[in-house]
Amino acid sequence: MNPVITRKPFSMSDQAKPAADSSTVAPTPAPRPNPATTASTPTAKAEVAFDIQDLCVFYGKTQAIKNVHLQIPAMSVTAIIGPSGCGKSTALRALNRMHELTPGARHTGKILMKGEDLYASHVDATVVRRRVGMVFQKSNPFPTLSIAENVLVGLRLNGMRDKTFLNNRLEESLRMAALWDEVKDHLNRPGMSLSGGQQQRLCIARALAVRPEILLMDEPCSALDPIATAKVEELIHALKSQYTVVIVTHNMQQAARVSENTAFFYMGSLIEFGPTEQIFMNPKNPQTEAYVSGRFG
Amino acid sequence: MKRYFHSELEDLRKHLILMGERSIDSVRLAMQALLTDDVSIAGQVIALDDEIDRLEVLIDAECVRYITLRQPMAQDVRLMTVAMKANHELERSGDEATSIAKRARRLAEFGKVDDFYNIPRMGDLALEQLRDAMDSFITEDAEKAMLVPRRDKEVDDLNRDNYAKYNDKISLHPEISRVSIELIFISKSLERIADHATNIAEEVVFLMKGEDVRHTHEVKRSVM
Repeated sequence: MNPVITRKPFSMSDQAKPAADSSTVAPTPAPRPNPATTASTPTAKAEVAFDIQDLCVFYGKTQAIKNVHLQIPAMSVTAIIGPSGCGKSTALRALNRMHELTPGARHTGKILMKGEDLYASHVDATVVRRRVGMVFQKSNPFPTLSIAENVLVGLRLNGMRDKTFLNNRLEESLRMAALWDEVKDHLNRPGMSLSGGQQQRLCIARALAVRPEILLMDEPCSALDPIATAKVEELIHALKSQYTVVIVTHNMQQAARVSENTAFFYMGSLIEFGPTEQIFMNPKNPQTEAYVSGRFG
Repeated sequence: MKRYFHSELEDLRKHLILMGERSIDSVRLAMQALLTDDVSIAGQVIALDDEIDRLEVLIDAECVRYITLRQPMAQDVRLMTVAMKANHELERSGDEATSIAKRARRLAEFGKVDDFYNIPRMGDLALEQLRDAMDSFITEDAEKAMLVPRRDKEVDDLNRDNYAKYNDKISLHPEISRVSIELIFISKSLERIADHATNIAEEVVFLMKGEDVRHTHEVKRSVM
């Protein structure tokens, strides 16, 4: 029987427990690799997080993504770059089915996440979005919630009540987001009381709290000052030993700094994909060369 | 705030310092081969040149990569331009040392050289210039770097004196002109090594102060 992605109550363990109804079996999420041993498992680096096959996305009659084939490596940072309107954000949102929230959106083609079809009819989009977390351009902490409540809202909505577990997860998530030391003494203050850069890191902590396997980031620094941007970039660098990160950015310099691989989109099509060093130093496609050298965009 | 990629700058500095050490070793060994007639040392110089060439390629690649991926500013971008230029100067110094070593091997076949004139003194000065230029880079001392170009005139004067002396010798003893010709070229190589050291020191001043001091002091050009 093929494993399916199905809604299930949260478990204290990162390992999924079999559902009481044995007609469906929740897949076991991949165990979080120990960074200390990642080097001894080179095949983990070569794994594919997303296998995008002939993806087309439409908003009504407008085709936003055209026949994209792309394999995004696991446990690394992949940047998606391109001029405004090229389909970067649409491509990103398709990876966790967020584009479906737009009225009139539809797609053809497949997106496999570690071999599982995200768009299979039995797949619950909400669970997909838990496994594939997202951070948006404008930080959006819930305005009526405290810092701690913001981080834990996903867990609580899924029925988690154990205080010890929640407190531990709160600290872990804020530490992973490099925010713990700045907020640990006032976790009950409103999330909106933080600076812009801190709010964005709070949103990252919120996304990490539910232990996604993959983190999508849609221009996460575009509203931040250079220092806050640097802190988020340092965070991305630290996260890539444990997470697959896909980041959309219109800042080519940021893509060059943070990513191992870069995909260049133009007018809905994937023009070139490759190691970031090669894309920026010696692109193969003339359109890529023109874009990264600032000759159009 | 130190960024995760700043360690790449440290790696670049280390490689440049290593290249400086190899170039200095190369010049020192070449002079030793010349003055002691030990042709086996000449072989060591030639082997060092291969390592220097590899370092040149590595350093240039590191600089281009860092400029492309990290968009350095201020002193960091100056470090990139200085590293690429100093890289080239050190590689050329290594080539000059190799040339001296090869000529030393040829001279050994002709028999003992009876008069090196200013060549030993030029060798000492060229090595001192190279060491001081590299030291000023390591210690980030622009004042020390500024002293290097001011001593270049002495090397140029010694080279011109050598040229005159060996020219006279060729006129008086044409039968040993081959020896004199090799020594003229060796003298020129040492003068070029001192020039490369001067150029490196000027780059260090640019790195530390952002001031381009090239061509701002008077350096008598060699007649050759």
